[in-house]
Amino acid sequence: MSPQPQAAVGAPLSRVDGRLKVTGKALYAAEHDVDGVLHAVLVDASIGRGRITSLDTGAAEKHPGVLRVIHHRNAPKLPYLDNPGSNNPEGRRLRVFQDDKVLFHGQPVAVVVATTLEAAQHGASLVKVGYDAQKPSTDLAEAQPDEPTKYARGDAEAGLRKAAVRLDLDYRMARNHQNPMEPHATIARWNGDRLTVWDKTQWVVGTQTELSTVFDLPMKSVRVISPFVGGGFGSGLRCWPHTVVAALAARELKRPVKLVLSRRQMYFGTGFRPSYDYRVRLGSDRRGRLAAMVHEMDAETSSYEKFEEAIMLAGQMFYSTPNVSQEYRKVPLDVNTPIWMRGPGFASASFAIESAMDELANRLGVDPIELRLRNEPPEDESNGLPWSTRRLRECYSVGAREFGWDRRNPEPRSTRDGDWLVGLGMAAAVYDPGRFPAQARVRLDADGTAVAEAATIDMGPGTYTSQTQVAADALGLTMRNVTFRLGDSLYPPTPPHGGSMTMTVVGSAVLDGCNKVRGRAIQLAVEDEESPLYGIKAEDVVVRNGRLHVQDDPARGETYQRLLTRNKLTHLEAVGAYAGAPEPARHSYFSYGAVFTEVGVDATLGLVRVRRMLGVYDVGRIVSPKLADSQALGGMVGGIGQALLEHTVTDHRDGRIVNASLADYLVPVNADIRDLKAIYLEGEDPDADPLGVKGIGEVVQVGVAAAVANAVHNATGRRIRELPITAEALI
Amino acid sequence: MSTEPVSAAPPPAEPEALPSAPTRRTFIAATTAVGGVAVAGGVIGGSVLVGSEDAAAAVAPVSRVSLTVNGTRRTVTVDNRTSLLDLLREHLDLSGAKKGCNAGACGACTVLVDGRRVNSCLTLAVRLEGAEVTTIEGLADGDRLHPLQQAFIDEDAFQCGYCTPGQIMSGVGCIKEGHADTPEEIREWMSGNICRCGCYVKIVRAVEQTAGK
Ligand code: FES
Ligand code: FES
Repeated sequence: MSPQPQAAVGAPLSRVDGRLKVTGKALYAAEHDVDGVLHAVLVDASIGRGRITSLDTGAAEKHPGVLRVIHHRNAPKLPYLDNPGSNNPEGRRLRVFQDDKVLFHGQPVAVVVATTLEAAQHGASLVKVGYDAQKPSTDLAEAQPDEPTKYARGDAEAGLRKAAVRLDLDYRMARNHQNPMEPHATIARWNGDRLTVWDKTQWVVGTQTELSTVFDLPMKSVRVISPFVGGGFGSGLRCWPHTVVAALAARELKRPVKLVLSRRQMYFGTGFRPSYDYRVRLGSDRRGRLAAMVHEMDAETSSYEKFEEAIMLAGQMFYSTPNVSQEYRKVPLDVNTPIWMRGPGFASASFAIESAMDELANRLGVDPIELRLRNEPPEDESNGLPWSTRRLRECYSVGAREFGWDRRNPEPRSTRDGDWLVGLGMAAAVYDPGRFPAQARVRLDADGTAVAEAATIDMGPGTYTSQTQVAADALGLTMRNVTFRLGDSLYPPTPPHGGSMTMTVVGSAVLDGCNKVRGRAIQLAVEDEESPLYGIKAEDVVVRNGRLHVQDDPARGETYQRLLTRNKLTHLEAVGAYAGAPEPARHSYFSYGAVFTEVGVDATLGLVRVRRMLGVYDVGRIVSPKLADSQALGGMVGGIGQALLEHTVTDHRDGRIVNASLADYLVPVNADIRDLKAIYLEGEDPDADPLGVKGIGEVVQVGVAAAVANAVHNATGRRIRELPITAEALI
Repeated sequence: MSTEPVSAAPPPAEPEALPSAPTRRTFIAATTAVGGVAVAGGVIGGSVLVGSEDAAAAVAPVSRVSLTVNGTRRTVTVDNRTSLLDLLREHLDLSGAKKGCNAGACGACTVLVDGRRVNSCLTLAVRLEGAEVTTIEGLADGDRLHPLQQAFIDEDAFQCGYCTPGQIMSGVGCIKEGHADTPEEIREWMSGNICRCGCYVKIVRAVEQTAGK
């Protein structure tokens, strides 16, 4: 941090964009008013794999209002240059309307462009497509995996053989869809060779590079705008085919085009958290000290791209284990490519590992927290590095105390409340936040107000607010006099808004930019004979409420306004930067948490209700406590969905997703959620980054599903190893 | 294996009909008269035509409807297929009501029609002759926010904000219906509005506080 007084950082402020959101004035991707915009609706493939053999667009084209139907037979060939710096996984990305191949059910095969939305929608229903269909392969359990990614230390098989206690456990996790409330949408407009898109994305720079490589345009010819994003949870981490379709249609029609995915199309037009088969074998001594762990993970990917996520890391670093071996197999299927979803990798791995630890605790008759403490590693055993901060012991003790863990009866099925069997469970959480380079521009105007800007996003965590807090304190201004702007590729570049890194990397860049601007102002003052601060040492000057003054003598000073005006300066400006994680790494750096929950299970119906939940987190400094609290509760709600409700179901006969709607793909509603509470351990992580923050948004979903499963076991004596945990599994 | 040519675009999922409302399909199939309004292609003359000129050129069946939106009387000629939600968002420049599912499953599109909360995505614009529609844009009194809007800010009852207009309109309806006496009751009666950011605890708090005032 800076030597500045901290008035805004750490204060429980309301959102700076709150008023826009509660009055309906915040504009999301499909809502920007673009003159003369046409409407486009995708036609998607109704087979799971094969070729298009016929296309009858006559009826659609005759429909009043329909202007054009674009498909592989009339679409121009697009350059589709490689895009190495992107979030596109290894492979060959889907190229829209470039050939007759159908790679998965729902793939875009045509787009209908019309003057009205109604005409475009109706037109899309009139396009007749004939196929030569093949049976798709969509079943993770049936298909052939790729070569595995492997990890080993020690000799896990020997360790297992020698272990006094051995468990061999199979866990399965359903495919989940992010399902942000705002459907993905793009408005594309060409001006000669320059393309502007208003897009729902978590990375304007990512959409910009994708469009520039697909159409072979210079980066500066593509502008991407995204001031408000109605949730993402990962679905906006890469640029999807529909964004290219919107740009293509706008170029063909020579008019701006708006394309909004329907909720149904969200299930195959954007990504998902892949389904996993996760086998854990572990061995321990009689006290529960782990001797060996073997992880075998099978995960869905598409036939055309090799999707990967950080599924392996938790198994390498979380518990002290001398012998570890892992195999991570990606299974290519005739599906669209997955994408990281909240707590990517860790939220899946933790269900297996944290359930297995609970199973071990039960087997040994050791308290689950005690078992975890016995396996707490003194350093990161995957790389030998010391932890930056790892305050899990505190998470456990604070959580146990606040939750009333001592009231848990370790004997399963021993607590009843009327028809309900009641159980308590807990699980640990960990996430590896990203730390990539970022920049931000800061400008202090002579009127004493400031603007900071960066090409980042606010999909809900409160980027607008928290970055304003950082800037306000670093510049010594009130919140009201600082504006933070984001969501435009014209602003300085940042990494994706995801991976729990926005606060860290954008915040550090904003801080750096503000420190530079404040430093210049102070320098100007102490060298200016007409300033009351003339001759003072720069490090003895602080700024508060827009007024520079001597730290120990607040009466001696002057405002930014006077200083700049007298020096005939309209503004001071600087670009701040964050260089990324230090190389080589000196510390092992993770966000942590412990989740406690009480569930009720209806003894006859098998219904599971989460009665209360507490999360305790070690995530470094909290910049914006009010918003951080919302984020944690939201992560718990996401985790409850993962645990009890969310399951994308595919009909393996034709690859169709059968529950592609919010009526059939269940997510938690208000009645599912009761008493949720979050506690953030006070403090900061000085080794993490200049702000001392570690990142919240991902870790808060990790561990929730395991905590629920462990509580269900405590309530019922039934160990459910498959997500979601359904009533059927419990009857 | 090969299949016969089939349509690539299955018809849109048929939404559950409201008890009082015709489904879209039955309505579109029987474009004769609804609510006493003649529905035909020839009533464009003299009315305010919404949408672009291209839309006028299109001879999709259209109807003329007079309704009050946020206190302003508007006479519009709409494509008979247009939902109230699309009328608001695509033609009246009121994008406060959100489209989350277009099928009655999420509540993002909730507005008040004659004081009652409805899913505007399931409501055809042509049946709103004489109706009074209130959207999130019409809730505040000038610069003074409605108490529930203020409570949403104070309680931080939203994150991304996309479900928020629907939550607030639904909350206003919920309070007016007398379904906001206890947190349990609020949770039940607010369960038609999904918040994927998971702000339910705070939504309940905001509604409870406002109802108690
Ligand atoms: S958009 Fe109307 S209920 Fe979802
Ligand atoms: S605030 Fe994002 S969906 Fe509710």
